[in-house]
Amino acid sequence: MLNNALNRRHFIAAGLALAMLPAPAFAQTEAAAKALVTSVVSDINRVIESGKSEKAMLRDFEKIFAQYADVPIMARYALGADARTASPTQLKQFTAAFQGYISRKYGRRFREFIGGEVDVRNARKIKAGFEVRTMVKLRGSAPFDVTFLVSDKSGRDKFYNMFIEGVNLLLTERTEIGAMLDARKGNLNQLITDLKKTG
Amino acid sequence: MSGAHVPGHLGETKIVSSRFRLKHLFLLSVMALVSACATTPPEGASRSDVFDPYENANRGIHKFNLGVDRFLFRPASKGYVKIVPDPMVTSFSTFAENISLPGQAVDYLLQGNPKQMGNALLRFVINMTVGGFGLSSPADELNLPPVDTDFGETLHVWGVGEGAYIELPFYGPSTQRDAIGVVVNLFSNPINFSPTRPADNLGVYAEIVRRMGDRGRFSDTVDSILYESADSYAQARLIYLQNRRFELARDDEDAYLDLYSDPYAETGTDPVRDPYLDPYEDPYAE
Repeated sequence: MLNNALNRRHFIAAGLALAMLPAPAFAQTEAAAKALVTSVVSDINRVIESGKSEKAMLRDFEKIFAQYADVPIMARYALGADARTASPTQLKQFTAAFQGYISRKYGRRFREFIGGEVDVRNARKIKAGFEVRTMVKLRGSAPFDVTFLVSDKSGRDKFYNMFIEGVNLLLTERTEIGAMLDARKGNLNQLITDLKKTG
Repeated sequence: MSGAHVPGHLGETKIVSSRFRLKHLFLLSVMALVSACATTPPEGASRSDVFDPYENANRGIHKFNLGVDRFLFRPASKGYVKIVPDPMVTSFSTFAENISLPGQAVDYLLQGNPKQMGNALLRFVINMTVGGFGLSSPADELNLPPVDTDFGETLHVWGVGEGAYIELPFYGPSTQRDAIGVVVNLFSNPINFSPTRPADNLGVYAEIVRRMGDRGRFSDTVDSILYESADSYAQARLIYLQNRRFELARDDEDAYLDLYSDPYAETGTDPVRDPYLDPYEDPYAE
């Protein structure tokens, strides 16, 4: 009885505390989400400006991707329903292949970002975490919107999706991976082998 | 698609002189044609869905466009940015944007947005004078809001639905609504009606040059979509639709949020066979 009442009191107290606290609590996480995006951007810039060979740069990009992105959840999403029927080993191999594929494919694009400026603007709460919007200004073109989605559901703040002028990276890759699977008659092992050489 | 009232609206603005009645007539017939075959997506279709009932025909046109790109547009564009110095490529692109400003002002007027109409005209006047016949864009330094609209957006503002996805020959990805916009915008720029117009269809030529600049400058990125993806048709379609919806929702935070909030669970479809689900859905939920 006593226990119960105590629990209930605690419960009410906790509820009150929660009701009063959310603003500063959110603000902190918002700041963390923004900080994550800021450091992704500065790490990428550092690689671009290093003047290394493309191959070395792509390796660096893969490290950045593995460090800041929640690669397992991204790979799983891109694979779609086939992720449910895949064996744990296949999923692991696919995730590794996907990590290299994305790093190469998008890493090559970063060359066009030389001399570009990224302005990290605002963050707001969304269902799975935070949306962080940035404005990218490249030479000779109008500024465009790049949005990162950040979540701590992996245990740490990591980004799990990206939008470039409204174009959803994960959805685009899900379509692409789906088309690749179709072309291989749904053979996941073949896809994993080929993905290692794609991008 | 509520195409029925559209010609009426156009009629009010397009009759400038009898000289252009012929163009006007042509325009109306194109519009009638497009709206006649206009189909609406099934009720309750999600905003992030792709509605592509003409996929077979579209894929044929896509194949044709790939050929045009590979043998004509791509080499011409790569040559263009290689031969012409970078600042000049920028100037030509800026010029194409500047001479489209009066046409955009008309679209803003039709959208009931006099503020942006004034902004477009102000930019035009500044860039055509201080900016040396529109070859540069000094108005950018004035912190004016950006100007970027077209008749497709005007139709959107009027409540016309997107319609089916279509790939247009030479032009590329579009929708039924945006295709009407493309055709109308060929004729809706008041510059075409000025007595001292420098050349017929100057705006169209300038736009082609601008597109060549973009194709040449971002050739690796475009190549990766067109030639390196497993299904370039599906990639181009998805990228176009998402980007266009984003553009049209930009000024409307609610609509913008709406783009993210179709719950994945409600569509209840196979995520691989139907990959056009809520972009902001929670992959952690899977």
